[in-house]
Amino acid sequence: MATDATVAGPRSRVALALLLAPALVWLIGLIVLPHIELGLLSFRARVAPRVYEASLAQYRTFIDEPLYWHTFVRTAMLSIVATACTLAIAFPAAWYIAKIARGRSRAMLLVLCLIPFWVSEAVRTLGWMILLRESGVLPRLLVELGITIAPVELLYHDATILVGLVYTSLLFMMVPLISALESLDDALIEAAYDLGGNGWSIFRQIVVPHAAPGIAAGSIVVFMLTLGNYLTPTLLGGKNSLWFTEQIYTQFITRFNWEQGAAFGFLLLLLSTAIVWLGLGLSGQRLGDVLRRG
Amino acid sequence: MQPDLEVDGVTKRYGGLPAVDGLSLSVERGSFFSILGPSGCGKTTLLRLIAGFLMPDAGDVRIGGRSMRGVPPNRRPVNMVFQHLALFPMMSVGENVGYGLARRGVARTEIVDRVTSMLKRVGLPGAGDKRVDQLSGGQRQRVAIARSLVLEPTLLLLDEPLGALDLKLREHMKIELKQLQADFGTTFVYITHDQSEALVLSDRVAVMNAGRFEQIGSPQELYYEPQTPFVAGFVGANNRLPGRADRIEADIVDVVTTAGLTVRARRHGDVASDDNVEAFVRPEAFDIARDATDLPPSVQRFSGTLESLLFDGANSAVLVREAQSRTEIRIALPQTGRLADLSVGETIAFGVAPSRVACFAARNDGH
Repeated sequence: MATDATVAGPRSRVALALLLAPALVWLIGLIVLPHIELGLLSFRARVAPRVYEASLAQYRTFIDEPLYWHTFVRTAMLSIVATACTLAIAFPAAWYIAKIARGRSRAMLLVLCLIPFWVSEAVRTLGWMILLRESGVLPRLLVELGITIAPVELLYHDATILVGLVYTSLLFMMVPLISALESLDDALIEAAYDLGGNGWSIFRQIVVPHAAPGIAAGSIVVFMLTLGNYLTPTLLGGKNSLWFTEQIYTQFITRFNWEQGAAFGFLLLLLSTAIVWLGLGLSGQRLGDVLRRG
Repeated sequence: MQPDLEVDGVTKRYGGLPAVDGLSLSVERGSFFSILGPSGCGKTTLLRLIAGFLMPDAGDVRIGGRSMRGVPPNRRPVNMVFQHLALFPMMSVGENVGYGLARRGVARTEIVDRVTSMLKRVGLPGAGDKRVDQLSGGQRQRVAIARSLVLEPTLLLLDEPLGALDLKLREHMKIELKQLQADFGTTFVYITHDQSEALVLSDRVAVMNAGRFEQIGSPQELYYEPQTPFVAGFVGANNRLPGRADRIEADIVDVVTTAGLTVRARRHGDVASDDNVEAFVRPEAFDIARDATDLPPSVQRFSGTLESLLFDGANSAVLVREAQSRTEIRIALPQTGRLADLSVGETIAFGVAPSRVACFAARNDGH
């Protein structure tokens, strides 16, 4: 948001403050304050009922208990894989919508991308369960086609979690990709072709560098959504999904151990920040450019 | 000598309508050939057919004697300078120029050498590390040309590359383009809607209208010997006088214009008595004087009132309202400055030799 206060009279300053007020209330009230509270919570330990003291015990538990950091690393890895799969699936579709489809069919395709989001995430995920569970549509079809002898359980695998996450994330990858690809001048592709380029080299040297901010924006959004997703991994992965948000939920709600939950929350925040920073560094992008393009 | 480009009966239709209709042309090696026409005449389609971005519905394109049927653009010995240049913004100037060489698998050190010497030849030494957006419009133009010429194509196609430049730079780039073409000796095929660009730059020009060629010839032929009323009206300034043919004597036609002016004109093509015709007179074909006795004896004489003065240095002209028919006629002023003191409202005499008035049969389609 670029708010240019060139007319810096007292009235325009009041107007600026009023315009920014809702955003500031949202930012401070719902994000900064709770995080300060969570930060304080995470650095204390309960020594007796209603008696707390400053301590690193919560973070020590994370390191000492293999289940926790195992889940942590696994969540990060699966999120990266899910982001990469989403990108791989979204790119050709975004290319088709941005560069090949025209007029009505293009509007139709965009609506088709949006339609899954008209139902809630819970309902969408339950839809996947109806399709994939042992007595569900797909296993029965496999039996009838003679591919498997007995119905197989397709739920509760890592691949199932991935399918659900990719499905949920596609739109958030498509939108920045479409806008990045739309701004690519077709003449650049023709010029590269004219100068001897072929499909692959044009993709690598012209299309990807041009779309890089869109790719980065889409990947950041999808990665963060995936990392912080609770419903999809829990429902499709079942008890063994081992998603880190589940651990946070368990600490806060089941164990009522807010201190441990706060520490886990902070660790997740650090993880997503570190990976996004790493990803931007590796692809040579700057966050400002990415946000403007996305 | 083998022509570098031969277009043989090429047709391209869009939804049944021909955008390019049975065109044939041949471009000699090392020449500067322009295709001139108004927007929508099909010249861009023709260029894209030659470059290979479009395939003809009928006919063939031969480059260096080789048929290009089924040959994709990246395998044709042709490169194109795009209308908005299409330099790659994600690459440096040097990478832009070296792109085609790298795609051909030329060794890295050789690419560096050839890019450096090419940038020197187009007057941009040491610009290799710059970003494209650090260059001025004229410099980008040169990079776009260098990027194509470094591949030593048989043919360089240019799609109105001067269109986006401002007037002053355009005049400058015109001269630069002509010099570059002379330096490199590469065959240029240039498309434009600007008749002055085509006349200044080209060895030969094809005037195109509604998917067909009206005339192919040298700039001088197009200007002095137009073969169709379209060429006469499109190339250079001209006074157009529609009317009817009256008496015809050898090659001289008496044209009675719709406004009632009688002009003797030279016949071009088939013109019969009573035909609808169009007569064209160049502004500089007129002799002009304050007194009719100062006009050369061989011209047909008219008189009129000076309506406005269009001063433009050596290209100054006046608009004169002919006394009897009230026809408005544009007349160039002598470049000697002899009549520079004319003023609006004066009565003046003017005349033109019949040989310098061109008479064409009028077209039925309203041209």
